[in-house]
Amino acid sequence: MDKEDIPFDEMFLAGGGIRTPYSEYHQWLEDQHARRLQQKSSEADALFRSVGVTFNVYGNKDADERLIPFDIVPRIISAAEWSKLTRGIEQRIRAINSFLHDIYHRQEIIRAGTLPANLVTGNSAFLPQMIGVTPPGNVYTHIVGTDIIRTGESEFLVLEDNARTPSGVSYMLQNRETMLQMFPDLFSAVNVRPVSDYPRHLRRCLSDCPPAQCQGRPVIGVLTPGIHNSAYFEHAFLADQMGAELLEGQDLRVADGRIAMRTIRGYVPVDVLYRRVDDDFLDPLNFRPDSLLGVAGILDVYRAGGVTLVNAPGTGIADDKAIYSYIPDIIRFYTGEAPLLGNVPTWRCSEPDHLAYALDNLPELVVKEIHGSGGYGMLVGPAASKRELADFRQLLSSRPENYIAQPTMCLSTVPIFARSGLAPRHVDLRPFVLVSPNRIHISPGGLTRVALKEGSLVVNSSQGGGTKDTWVLED
Amino acid sequence: MVLGRTADGLFWMFRYLERSENTARLVGAGLRIALTRSQSGAEEWSSIISTAGATDAFLARHPGYEFDAVVDFMLRDRSNPSSVMSLVEAARNNARSVRTALTSEVWEATNETWMLLRSALKAPVQHHSLPEVLSLIRKQSAYVRGALHGTMLRNEMFNFARLGTFLERADNTARILDVKYYVLLPSVVHVGAPIDNVQWETILRSVSAEHSYDWLNEGDPNPAGIARFLLLDGRMPRSMAFCCGQILENLRYLESGQPDPAPSLSLAQELTDSLRNRNVNDVLDEGLHDFIQEIISKIGKLGGQIETDFRFHT
Repeated sequence: MDKEDIPFDEMFLAGGGIRTPYSEYHQWLEDQHARRLQQKSSEADALFRSVGVTFNVYGNKDADERLIPFDIVPRIISAAEWSKLTRGIEQRIRAINSFLHDIYHRQEIIRAGTLPANLVTGNSAFLPQMIGVTPPGNVYTHIVGTDIIRTGESEFLVLEDNARTPSGVSYMLQNRETMLQMFPDLFSAVNVRPVSDYPRHLRRCLSDCPPAQCQGRPVIGVLTPGIHNSAYFEHAFLADQMGAELLEGQDLRVADGRIAMRTIRGYVPVDVLYRRVDDDFLDPLNFRPDSLLGVAGILDVYRAGGVTLVNAPGTGIADDKAIYSYIPDIIRFYTGEAPLLGNVPTWRCSEPDHLAYALDNLPELVVKEIHGSGGYGMLVGPAASKRELADFRQLLSSRPENYIAQPTMCLSTVPIFARSGLAPRHVDLRPFVLVSPNRIHISPGGLTRVALKEGSLVVNSSQGGGTKDTWVLED
Repeated sequence: MVLGRTADGLFWMFRYLERSENTARLVGAGLRIALTRSQSGAEEWSSIISTAGATDAFLARHPGYEFDAVVDFMLRDRSNPSSVMSLVEAARNNARSVRTALTSEVWEATNETWMLLRSALKAPVQHHSLPEVLSLIRKQSAYVRGALHGTMLRNEMFNFARLGTFLERADNTARILDVKYYVLLPSVVHVGAPIDNVQWETILRSVSAEHSYDWLNEGDPNPAGIARFLLLDGRMPRSMAFCCGQILENLRYLESGQPDPAPSLSLAQELTDSLRNRNVNDVLDEGLHDFIQEIISKIGKLGGQIETDFRFHT
């Protein structure tokens, strides 16, 4: 991003006018006293604390539980923008599911020469145990949180596909709940589509894919690593909202070819597990033997149709950052259509000319680890110190296949309510997608993450980012 | 369907909360003595630590039973698993892990309790603010209990919460009597001797029963009357008879309609029977200390049996 680039602001036009989606909100805002808003802003914090909407920061013992800062200015998306976005996301996710089926069966895409074989076979997210396995309903990624960035009036790009275990949906719901409590009048002034039915849709999505051995109404559970996991609040919240069991590995075992939970009256089979435990830790017999979070033998039960795992094991191969650069080709290959949503240009450092480009232009690029997430292990060139640049140069040269590089994208901004009044900050967007055998549901809203530091492009909560309520307007 | 781990979490969450409330009562009773009769302070504090079963741990950290040391150890010391702060934190951790079994009111009450006490107990408690802090602990405990009563379904989850409460309370009342039984023995009665009155009053205060006792007994405290009140009186919500009756009732709910009644049910029945239709003079004749010791051991056994019967761990 060049220094003279002016970011696209979603509320204010360059000339000082208000963009249409924000006009009603802005009108309302003008009638509010700054004092009252300041007060509401601190009320929101207290509300989040007492509800316990916190996340744990790894490697930070003292601040065991932290609040993600919440900003009271909503991010607003018009009906037309939303419909464009959702069509693009649907297309992408259909292609990803076809890709996953193919990659674990005939691998046509490799035979056709569209995707290099080593990207798949040499990839730690590829699970040979899943070869030849077709999940119930042929759905691989039941739950997806596609990360979208905006760079202009009509430029939306996909930044990441998050097809493993995306988190953040509880913030989408809690942020809306908080806004409704604080500013009820606002919602009669502006016609905002509700998101509160997400847990019902999630439950239906999970019930839509019972395992072969399920009898009657499927028993549904959320498998959590436990209260020390950074997203534990969300696991408990979703289980509670769905009326599902909140399970830990220690509650489960294999019994009579099923996964059974220990109840006060004995072991009872579970049909569908929305697991928030990574593949590696899912099954000590099949994956990491030191895992205490999983269930020994669960993968074998899964393969035999005794339980549905959501998302399916091995979906990580599709949201890998190296595969990401091939998604436009993957969409063309499986749908025969041109991609509706673009990608951020990506240099795969495993390829010598890409690596050379990356090394030559490091101060302008963002470099990411292929398997990294959460903003850890990443370099933002324009914001990096000389020393950080030197460190990354070394990392890139010694293990190029571990990295991709992207231009520093100028994310759009939305104002936050700062002490001095409205101030623009960079945002991204994570809509939440539910995939059933016959339909794809996208909640009209999502999680807007916002970099609270002026000029910062890193929106991750683990790196000090905040969140905003995300509004999709009624048609 | 209740998970064994959920039953375990609820049971202990309410044990921890009950214990923290009882600790606050004990400290409150000790404070009263320390304020009014300074010469018997150390003895009083030592029996409080002993009631909490923490004598060794306390003496390992402190040279003697000084007011400040005892209060700090019982309220704030995180190395003491029976301090109010340790207990409230443990209760909140359990609440987090069984979050889906609780209503949001119960969870928020528990979370708020933890937040308030963490801030109230951040620094050592000053003498002048001790009554206020103790009252905060009791009030927050009542708040969580009120949320439980007002919002929870009367199902198995509720039963486990109540079992934890009453098992802990029975154990606590028994321990208070175990440490102080000698003041209730007929042989040491010197009618009207001020020291005995103080001791009796402390016992009643430790279970917040000084007024109810007076109300029921027209202000005439005597050892047999106090022993009867705390052991056998079914109207007194912290008495052994009351707590055991509640344990039995909750186990009956859990076991209704089950083909084979759990062994814990018959243990609870046995315990309740041993307190029903008993004459306090017979108990005193047979030996108050042995009687209490036997009850403590039965309560311990019952707790263990509940954990086994309802698959808390395996």
